[in-house]
Amino acid sequence: MPMNVVVIQFSGSTCDRDLVNAMRNVMEWDVDFLWHEKAMKNLEKYDAIFLPGGFTYGDHLRAGIIAAFTPVMGKVKERAKEGVPVLGICNGFQILVESELLPGALIGNETLRFSCKWTNLRVETERSAATNIAKKGDVWKVPIAHGEGRYFLDKKGLKDLNENDQIVWRYTTETGELTKEANPNGSIENIAGICNLEGNVVGLMPHPERAAESTLSPWETEDGKFYFQSIEKFLRRS
Amino acid sequence: MPKFSVEIIIEGKKNARDPEGETIMRDLMIKHGYDMVESVRSGKILKVNLEAKDENAAEEICLKMVNELRIYNPVAHMCVIKLVK
Repeated sequence: MPMNVVVIQFSGSTCDRDLVNAMRNVMEWDVDFLWHEKAMKNLEKYDAIFLPGGFTYGDHLRAGIIAAFTPVMGKVKERAKEGVPVLGICNGFQILVESELLPGALIGNETLRFSCKWTNLRVETERSAATNIAKKGDVWKVPIAHGEGRYFLDKKGLKDLNENDQIVWRYTTETGELTKEANPNGSIENIAGICNLEGNVVGLMPHPERAAESTLSPWETEDGKFYFQSIEKFLRRS
Repeated sequence: MPKFSVEIIIEGKKNARDPEGETIMRDLMIKHGYDMVESVRSGKILKVNLEAKDENAAEEICLKMVNELRIYNPVAHMCVIKLVK
């Protein structure tokens, strides 16, 4: 199936090429890799929009906030409303939250440290654009690399998120148990990724693009592929 | 146009743990004899110099700016605007 997707690069994006590599060389997708000002001019032609990880604008003030105010994000919001999948990974997730495309906040890790390690993600819903080939309860091995990844939301927001089936992944043990030790950053309710009500806007702190090739994994897993395969399926359906 | 200095203080909400404030209190203040300290919250301060017609206008501009540009994330933070006299 021809995939017409774009990866948007901002000043300070650093995981953009990893993402493009996974898409082109692992998934064999045709991908446009565009500077945000250029992406703005023809964003309507893409079937899916990706915001990669990194440290846009140096993470100044707060991770993702300055990129959230770039003109392209206005267009991304319009496309998201039309049902186009918009996927944010790590800093991309932070940009989605700061753009108010997703609820909540991503604040400094409870450890006060930048954390770079493998985590286990339990799939909490199959309805999102990035998990629809998975089964609820599946556990994926995917690494994190962030300093501001602690998902936070107030009680009311959290209740809504749970009731509306918007929690997509939680950090767990490798057998899927929800423990404090499995939570690498102190995220509320071990949340690693969420989606909007419609399921087409998805944010995830860990990096599936770094987990899509067996050579990158100590266990020779390729769990990041499930993320990309789900997006393929979502696009076939829509 | 007169000039004013305004401090924008951004602090985490009380229900969000602040491990930086906790560490400063536990490992620096209390360990070095300041055991009367009961709590510490860390935050961020932006010192803004601006032109405005009067003090009220300076505060109003800053209030509009912090909300419009999400200088703080209302989900996780509180924000205080203080005119520096």
